[in-house]
Amino acid sequence: MNGHGLQLCLAFSSLLFCVGLAGSLSRSNSILVLLGIELMLNAANLNFIAFWRYGQAPAPATGVIFVAFSVAVAAAEAAVGLALVIAVYRRQKNIRLQEAVRLKG
Amino acid sequence: MTTALLILISLVTLGAAATAMVLRNLIHSVLLLIGSWIGVSVFYLWAGAEFVAFAQVLVYVGAVSMVVLFAVLLTRRSRSDISVSRDSASRAISAVLVGACVLGVLLYGVVFSALPNPGARRPNASVHQLGMELLGPHAASLIIIGMILTVATLGGVVIASAEAGAKTEDPS
Repeated sequence: MNGHGLQLCLAFSSLLFCVGLAGSLSRSNSILVLLGIELMLNAANLNFIAFWRYGQAPAPATGVIFVAFSVAVAAAEAAVGLALVIAVYRRQKNIRLQEAVRLKG
Repeated sequence: MTTALLILISLVTLGAAATAMVLRNLIHSVLLLIGSWIGVSVFYLWAGAEFVAFAQVLVYVGAVSMVVLFAVLLTRRSRSDISVSRDSASRAISAVLVGACVLGVLLYGVVFSALPNPGARRPNASVHQLGMELLGPHAASLIIIGMILTVATLGGVVIASAEAGAKTEDPS
């Protein structure tokens, strides 16, 4: 069973990506859309770790460092996204995506 | 044994994520998503990347979840507002269709491509080694990431803070 580890990891991350994609496309609450995008980012990080574990890396720590940077960028993205949600709520009293149709404040 | 463990981890993570995406109560969704983030960090532990697992727990389970919960609580008007209204069925069906198509393409690529498989090789990246790499060849990117985080946090504060003295006009 050891020969299919990489395939299993990649299938896991594909499934997680598609759950995030379907969730962020189907919901109209902007917080849930942001959370779906976070799930997709997590799936991409799973891919990095899977290839680090099973592939031929040029340096032993490349995948781990890439994921650490990616997690930092994802944290920044979440902070800015939720600040935008709060700003939209203050202006429109609603966070449904269909009603946030004006960019100008 | 390790394969069974991987399948168990992925089932728990995917179940939590999928349930969170269909629930109508926002707080329940966020709590289930925290569970799925914990599952992802358990996967990192399984793969031998302890540093990333701890970073995942600190950043996602600790910080991002709190930010999301505060955003949920700050953007509701009444106590009953926490459960979102049902979305349209056609939207959900088309989203699931898109997700299934993307999943088919991805799984086709995963199953039918020749992937390297050196077996049970386990690269060991100790924290000491990581620190040397981060402060040696990757020092510039570390500084850039710090700048991005600082600027993003400041931008978030500026966007979310109420303008003092600005009169609220009708959004109509």
